[in-house]
Amino acid sequence: MKVSYIDKIFADDLPTQFTPLLIEKVPVGFPSPANDYLETPIDLNKYLIKNPTATFLVRASGDSMIGINIGDQAVLVVDRSIKPTHNSVVVASLDGDFLCKKLQMKPRIALISENPNYPPVYIGYGQDLNIIGTVTAAINKF
Amino acid sequence: MKLLALVDCDSFYASCERIFRPDLKSKPVVVLSNNDGCVIARSKEAKDLGIEMGIPWFKVKQKFLAHKGHVFSSNFALYGDISKRVMHVLSNIAKSIEVYSVDEAFLDLDNLDLKSYRAGTDFAIYCRNLIWQWIGIPVRIGIAPTKTLTKIASYLAKTKTKYPGIFCITNKKQIQSALKQVPLRAVWGIGNQLNKKLGMAGLKTAYDLANVDARLIRDKYSVMLERTVRELNGERCLELEEHPPTKKQIIVSRSFSKNIIHLQDLSPIMKDFGVRAGEKLRKEKQLCSQIGVFIRTSPFRAGNMKHQASKLYALPGPTNDTRDILHGIKYILPKIFKEGYLYAKAGVLLKGFVDYHVKQYSLFDDQLSLKQNDVLMTQIDQINAEEYRINFAAQSKINYTNIRRARVSPRYTTKLNELPIVNRK
Repeated sequence: MKVSYIDKIFADDLPTQFTPLLIEKVPVGFPSPANDYLETPIDLNKYLIKNPTATFLVRASGDSMIGINIGDQAVLVVDRSIKPTHNSVVVASLDGDFLCKKLQMKPRIALISENPNYPPVYIGYGQDLNIIGTVTAAINKF
Repeated sequence: MKLLALVDCDSFYASCERIFRPDLKSKPVVVLSNNDGCVIARSKEAKDLGIEMGIPWFKVKQKFLAHKGHVFSSNFALYGDISKRVMHVLSNIAKSIEVYSVDEAFLDLDNLDLKSYRAGTDFAIYCRNLIWQWIGIPVRIGIAPTKTLTKIASYLAKTKTKYPGIFCITNKKQIQSALKQVPLRAVWGIGNQLNKKLGMAGLKTAYDLANVDARLIRDKYSVMLERTVRELNGERCLELEEHPPTKKQIIVSRSFSKNIIHLQDLSPIMKDFGVRAGEKLRKEKQLCSQIGVFIRTSPFRAGNMKHQASKLYALPGPTNDTRDILHGIKYILPKIFKEGYLYAKAGVLLKGFVDYHVKQYSLFDDQLSLKQNDVLMTQIDQINAEEYRINFAAQSKINYTNIRRARVSPRYTTKLNELPIVNRK
């Protein structure tokens, strides 16, 4: 605990070969042992959202993505700044509807559900598909 | 050349609505003012239908809906959130930004060291794509050495440009050719009156104005216009204002969904306006020394008797106490109100602002009671911010502000129970 603390403060001034001699000299008097354990409470926003400016929340409906634990009424974290790759979970708009599916890019572009009851949606000629963003988390409440 | 940029969101409110309605892509969209009175934002398709800015909704309703247009009541919770996101992206890119309005910002690009036209254009393309991808808002970007020229560039970015939505002015030669394409009335700071005056003097384009001797302009017109001329020539006179200047006045007004005939009906509504104006005043950390009240009948309904009136009242001293404001309304309103008219709009205005910290106490003010009034107002504001309403007895019991927001969209980004739905069906 102490090492990382001092490390942080002096990081800029220290030579790369840092011998932790300094630590021995720092404590003066008897420090409160609790000081080492002072931490901020867990921030779920920080955990779930990397880029708040580009992140939107949406609500999932139905069970078509249940295979990757996106239940009915789950809140999805959608980061528009992350470029999706093959098999990314995305939110896309297809002909005016918002869909959350797995994006298949090869051999041909398709939106894949995570539930055998829902067949893949292949994108036909003239259909309007826009990838809105990448889904980075799903929050299911019980 | 040191460069500034003006970033301007296209049809901002309409674009905000479209982020969450992909079905409205390339369809006409308009947004109406508070109370669904007038058109305050139009998508490009709506502009192409000839829907004018500010036109009363009932005048264009039939035509617009016949063309399968989509209409929204204003959803300021949504627009505010999207605006914040856009401004946040911009402030991370530029050295500093001036948020000029909810959908416009000036950027100082000194940090980017854009040396050429190419570099400026590349930056603008990057910036435009980023905001489109991250937030879903289309923007127009004008890059130039002065604020007035960025406005010129932004104007040209609408049409006369190689890259859609982008126009760069980075050297003297480009300034000259840009100014020739812009009519005088499109120059920043040239209003109708001035446009006419200068037109009579034979000036037609921004180029004509830029070539008048600046000193002559100062003598014949104003220092403001002289600055405009200098700025058009690439000389920077206006710097970025990072801290918005404090407001000079606060107005709370509404058009009523039903005309109001009797003083006893209007009075409590005016008191509501007063309460709201007081909240705004305290948020601005100002004290006001004058209060005004105005009322008018509808200018659109033919056949009705028309009446409009307003009156200012000097408050006993600079104040931010809602009770003083309500007292002022109680004093003025009966003096301007006439029985027998159908009032369609009314409002309350506060002016004569004094900064909260420089208040001069009068000889007879009791310091202690002033402090207590402050505490009282702060408490009321805090409680009301959390959706419990503490009302003043003089206020109306109806929630008139929610009347006629018939077509308001969900607060997609600020309320968990109004999130956009995916995989519906």
